[in-house]
Amino acid sequence: MKVIVCVSLVPDSTTKVKIAQDGKSIDESGVQFILNPYDEFAVEEAVSLKEKLNAETLAVTVGTDKATEAVKKAFQMGIENGVLIKTDNEIVDTYSVAKNLADFINEQKPDLVLLGKQSIDFDSSALPSMLSELTGIPSVNVVVKLTIGDNKVTAEKEIEGGQEIISTTLPVIIGTQKGINTPRYPNLKSIMAAKKKNVETRHSTYNENATEIIKMELPPIKGKGKILTDGANSVPELVKLLREEAKVI
Amino acid sequence: MQALSSIKATDYYNLEDLYTEEEKSIRDTVREFVKEEVFPIIEKFNQEMKFPTELIPKMAELGVFGPTLPEQYGGMGISNIAYGLIMQELERGDSGVRSFASVQSALVMYPIYTFGSEEQRMKYLPKLATGELIGCFGLTEPDFGSNPGGMITKAEKVDSGYILNGAKMWITNGTIADVAVVWAKLDGKVRGFLVEKGTKGFSAPEMKGKLSLRASVTSELVFEDCLIPEENLLPNSTGLKSPLMCLTQARFGIAWGTTGLAMACYEAALNYSLSRVQFGKPIASFQITQEKLAYMLTEITKAQLLNYRLAQLKDAGIMRPQQVSLAKRNNCEIAKIIASMAREMLGANGILDEYPVMRHQNNIESVKTYEGTHEMHTLILGEDITGISAFE
Repeated sequence: MKVIVCVSLVPDSTTKVKIAQDGKSIDESGVQFILNPYDEFAVEEAVSLKEKLNAETLAVTVGTDKATEAVKKAFQMGIENGVLIKTDNEIVDTYSVAKNLADFINEQKPDLVLLGKQSIDFDSSALPSMLSELTGIPSVNVVVKLTIGDNKVTAEKEIEGGQEIISTTLPVIIGTQKGINTPRYPNLKSIMAAKKKNVETRHSTYNENATEIIKMELPPIKGKGKILTDGANSVPELVKLLREEAKVI
Repeated sequence: MQALSSIKATDYYNLEDLYTEEEKSIRDTVREFVKEEVFPIIEKFNQEMKFPTELIPKMAELGVFGPTLPEQYGGMGISNIAYGLIMQELERGDSGVRSFASVQSALVMYPIYTFGSEEQRMKYLPKLATGELIGCFGLTEPDFGSNPGGMITKAEKVDSGYILNGAKMWITNGTIADVAVVWAKLDGKVRGFLVEKGTKGFSAPEMKGKLSLRASVTSELVFEDCLIPEENLLPNSTGLKSPLMCLTQARFGIAWGTTGLAMACYEAALNYSLSRVQFGKPIASFQITQEKLAYMLTEITKAQLLNYRLAQLKDAGIMRPQQVSLAKRNNCEIAKIIASMAREMLGANGILDEYPVMRHQNNIESVKTYEGTHEMHTLILGEDITGISAFE
């Protein structure tokens, strides 16, 4: 069984993001980059398939040289092989990423493609579906449980107010959601072993961007909270404020 | 959700930029381990005065026992910067947890690797790395702490090996150890012996009543006519210098560890002072609080810089024991002051186990004393500066 995990490098979720001078990107000075947390679930799922079913595992990322860090993190968690699809520019839009990954997937012909349901930088949540469209491989997104046996795949996905169970066959593209597993933290042995592994670099097959970032803005600063201090006696006032001021009820 | 390296730690001078990728990854993974495995349980074990033995296989799996040793002995050949970062992160959790790893690595695996025969290395080191065996280090005696050369524990050569008599005190992991590295005088010269659990005449009762390092096992080791087989003498141990070389290793880890302790206290005090409101504003807005925070950050940054350079010297093979004394002495001292300051800044809340500060404050009392007291490190430096020993 051949498993490809698509990974991306994103700013640390605790980073206070600043907009760069061009107004279209973030100021990366002092920003730590991490493996996209949703991709950690995908990597964990792939590594456990390697352990259980002796699956062949490969992590792939699209971006500049810096993006290899995401593949290295995947190595540390136990992925065997890694590829960087190197692009000319730092910011590549979702379609371009999908196109490059789709070309790679079509060439590699994996049984299973795993990736986070979204990356926490641009949060477009579009990649699993785009990949599906471009490769013709079925996809299930927001998956919280995955069972694979004899070519048959059962995926439980989150839907509004409940869960949906979908059965399909390999090959399939799975977008992983929190809850599917608990990602391992790498041990020292795997960190040192990862150091010896090479990330294969390939040039991107598609370099157009279908979208352009015009401007980036920070969200408005939250106003100060209001605290009503008269215990249960404050309830009428609270309801009034929620209705009239906050307009949430 | 897991996000490695998402927990920000104090690094005012961006030492982050100087670490290699694997050093950062090792630090992050130990930090994550401490967050997931140590923080949730440590207060309970500290209260109950027990070492969380459930952490032993987990720490072994993580790879923190003897990681600087070569691979064939269960190590991974990591740098001393990475090793120091492991100690820093473990002690951000608890000094007892760090002490366990320190003893196993620096005081048991190091002497077996350095002074042991190839047979001894192969017999013990891989199993110590995997936590199948737990080790302890017996040097200090009830009447010989700062002056270990005066020890009265002695070994006598007999036909079938050595007869060991004497007692050791303040031995971390003693009661739970499978093998003790014991220092005793043989014909007047200090030599190392490997004493296995179950050896006739050997007992290791746990010491009770500690108000510090409570989540750690501290024991006495008692030897009454213990017959130690010939092959359990560490053949390359040559006098008092040998255990002192071990202490240099452990003190290196303590310099980093206590920096982690200081970071934990500072971070707790900083968070608290930003959220605690008095007179209508956070206490962080008061100048007295800011002065304390500035002091803490300055001292932590200085300690981090000492550690970094010390590890570079160690990696280059040119670190001198006196340089380790300087860092151990300084970092324990500032950690103690910072822990105390942090406790005061948390006001009455500072005495609760809801915050880690008072546990750290209690722990640093032990850590400042063990592996060479503040006074002894002062005199080691004094001797190094002047060429005149004030204690011998």
